[in-house]
Amino acid sequence: MATRIFQFLIIFILWLLLTWSLAPQEVIVGVALALLLSIMLYDVFLQGSEKLVQPARYFWFLLYLPVFFYYVVRANLDVAYRVLHPEMPIRPGIVKVRTSLKSDMAKTFLANSITLTPGTLTVDIIGDHLYIHWINIVTEDPQEETEVIVKRFEVFLRRIFE
Amino acid sequence: MSETIGMVIISIGVAFDLFGCIGLVRLPDIYNRLQGATKCVTLGTCLILVGVLVHSGGAMGIKALLCAIFVLLSSPTGAHALARGAHRSGVKLWKGSVMDKYAEDQEGKLDQ
Amino acid sequence: MIVLMVLLILCCFLCLYRIGMGPTPPDRTVGIDILGTLVVGFCAFTAILTGKDWYMNVAISWALLSFIGTIALAKFLEGRGFDE
Repeated sequence: MATRIFQFLIIFILWLLLTWSLAPQEVIVGVALALLLSIMLYDVFLQGSEKLVQPARYFWFLLYLPVFFYYVVRANLDVAYRVLHPEMPIRPGIVKVRTSLKSDMAKTFLANSITLTPGTLTVDIIGDHLYIHWINIVTEDPQEETEVIVKRFEVFLRRIFE
Repeated sequence: MSETIGMVIISIGVAFDLFGCIGLVRLPDIYNRLQGATKCVTLGTCLILVGVLVHSGGAMGIKALLCAIFVLLSSPTGAHALARGAHRSGVKLWKGSVMDKYAEDQEGKLDQ
Repeated sequence: MIVLMVLLILCCFLCLYRIGMGPTPPDRTVGIDILGTLVVGFCAFTAILTGKDWYMNVAISWALLSFIGTIALAKFLEGRGFDE
């Protein structure tokens, strides 16, 4: 039941933000749509919604954001350097790393974070292994690769989603 | 004041967009192109939308913020799907590539 | 403002170059994906220029549709159905 209420609230707040008005007709349509969607999509979203009410997770999420944006900006400057350099200093290849995260949500966020951070692009996830295209391979040792690519996000994502 | 700050943020965003598109043209194979283009264009477009939020505020700003969050979530997922699709459809890596663990593992699976 | 718009249009033309010249189908698909994201930024520009906030609705819808289109093209490249 709690899951449905959370889902209803999320959809309804999203609707209010998108319409950005409190006119009665907008609110009524919003309530109707949110009810319908939260009944229809019960099985699809938000498994394990009890995690939504644990404040520690939000704290770690707020800590995660600046780290994430720092790496995103560094990634962009890195790409700009490689693209504008006349000789294009790249040494690409696909490496295989291992993650210790278990839940789907955490793996999804890990893959997205890896894609947006310096020189790496997730190609596929099979079980616990991530295949990552790396634009400038500095080491060929799997242990070290895991250390460089995955560890910096795993610490945060484990505390947020697991 | 806020209009000037907004315009500065938008200018930085457009600059990153331009770097990403230069990367799309210059880099040698599809995986490298995806790397450069996805990173730069995602951040560039998000910065443009955040610039709209700072510049205008109000209803337009909230919608721009929602749009920025959506682009930030969907763009890497699209790149991930494209990279996987390209690899499975048989596009080889650039000749200067160092290794390809994914192809090795896929071949091993096909042999079984 | 006009200079920025011209630069963004230049970006779009670089994408079109990749779509036209790309040696393999995935290359063209990357171009289409990036072009879709650029159009979202362009809608934001138009919203500021005209001061009408419904241009942002266009931007949000465009982002959604572009994402779905990219996923569909990627699945098509993989050469199998949508159910997997």
